[in-house]
Amino acid sequence: MNLTLYVWRQKNADDKGRMETYQANDISSHMSFLEMLDVVNERLLTDGIEPIAFDHDCREGICGMCSLVINGNPHGPEKGTTVCQLHMRHFKDGDKIYIEPWRAKAFPVIKDLIVDRSAFDRIMQAGGFVSVNTGGTPDANAIPIPKENADTAMDAAQCIGCGACVAACKNASAMLFLAAKVSQYAYLPQGQAERTERVKNMLTQMDLEGFGNCTNFYECEAVCPKEISVKFIAKLNREFLRATVKKP
Amino acid sequence: MTNNQPLGFSKASVGKKVLMAITGISVIGFLTAHLIGNLQLFVGQDQLNSYAETLQNMVAAKWMFRSVILILFAIHIWKGIVLWLENRKARPVSYMKDVTLEASVASRTMFWTGALILSFVVYHLLHFTMITTNPEYANLPLDNGRFDVYSMVILGFQNYTISAVYFIALSLMAFHLSHAISSVFQTFGLTKPTILPKLKIVSNLIALIFFIGYVSMPIAVLLNIISLPTGGNL
Ligand code: FES
Repeated sequence: MNLTLYVWRQKNADDKGRMETYQANDISSHMSFLEMLDVVNERLLTDGIEPIAFDHDCREGICGMCSLVINGNPHGPEKGTTVCQLHMRHFKDGDKIYIEPWRAKAFPVIKDLIVDRSAFDRIMQAGGFVSVNTGGTPDANAIPIPKENADTAMDAAQCIGCGACVAACKNASAMLFLAAKVSQYAYLPQGQAERTERVKNMLTQMDLEGFGNCTNFYECEAVCPKEISVKFIAKLNREFLRATVKKP
Repeated sequence: MTNNQPLGFSKASVGKKVLMAITGISVIGFLTAHLIGNLQLFVGQDQLNSYAETLQNMVAAKWMFRSVILILFAIHIWKGIVLWLENRKARPVSYMKDVTLEASVASRTMFWTGALILSFVVYHLLHFTMITTNPEYANLPLDNGRFDVYSMVILGFQNYTISAVYFIALSLMAFHLSHAISSVFQTFGLTKPTILPKLKIVSNLIALIFFIGYVSMPIAVLLNIISLPTGGNL
């Protein structure tokens, strides 16, 4: 198939950036979206044009590196799919495709479609961990955990930290990410010791990074490649209220 | 390692959300009481006027109530503006292709409907409470020694322009409420994926009830279902 791509090009963080148009001809419908970009880049190279820079790593939907807004949808039009797992068969010959980077003040563009997501790392450093003394490996089932809690914590832990929630949110809020990261510990016994400080510290870091506030649009849930539910945002709100009334 | 002091309750984003919800619920509480009070228009002149007189005579309670509602309203407006400004700042460059999947029109226009409702509230106070915009209401003959609120309201709504203003403002209010009510539950963490869609429907329904309740008054006047009492010679 033949496609027209409108791609955001930006030399570096200081460049203003602009949309460029490229033709992507003879694209196989079996390719993934990123493979299609690889092909386009090969051709750009032979034409002496700087290839399009975009983030990717595992290309199997687990690392959270890929991050493209395709026709206004973070990770493209398919539900519950990262862009590396998106296949060209979801597009048709003659399609016009807009490719833009995540747009948020807290995620500045480094180059073309690559944004700096280290704000997420700093949120994790503020409380996304449990402090335990290392030693011998504990027995697997030494701490009993109700099945329901274990399942819910696992659902939250599905988050791959790609930032699509921020990209989709009209307020560029990172609330779904934060909610998943706070909830995955809140449901487990290991997370209890630091439960109160965790939510306060991680929330503070999120606010300081310049993300927006959540106003219950639920756009995040709709685009999340791991389909993390906004019920975790409700959980986060409860955790925050709990931390507020609890004396440290 | 980041070592920031946790933000205070009202500075933290979830804290602001909670404040919006608490003050919002209070305003909804006020709207309910105000509606029940006003619907006495349908009972008749005597009922409404004596109700109004009773309220006016409870001077201390009246001013206490007014100050509380004013403070709550002010917090709601202030935090609403802060949220709006911060949220705009959070995305300095917008998308060329902007897609909306879930967010309702009401949820995306909360700031603007809120601002318009606020300007209506100012007008409403000038109109019926302080009768600045229509000073002629002050010349209404007394009803058994009481100010004739009943005739004032009917006279007000008989004016098409005024009724239109109320109609538009009440639609905006209902619109604002449709997102507000379901949001309150999410903010307090009282939702589940199974009930969230139903909650949105219930939220719309409650908003509709408020709209119908309030708008029934100008409509009843315009349709002559309620008219000036004989002797209300104006
Ligand atoms: S490249 Fe790893 S999730 Fe897409």
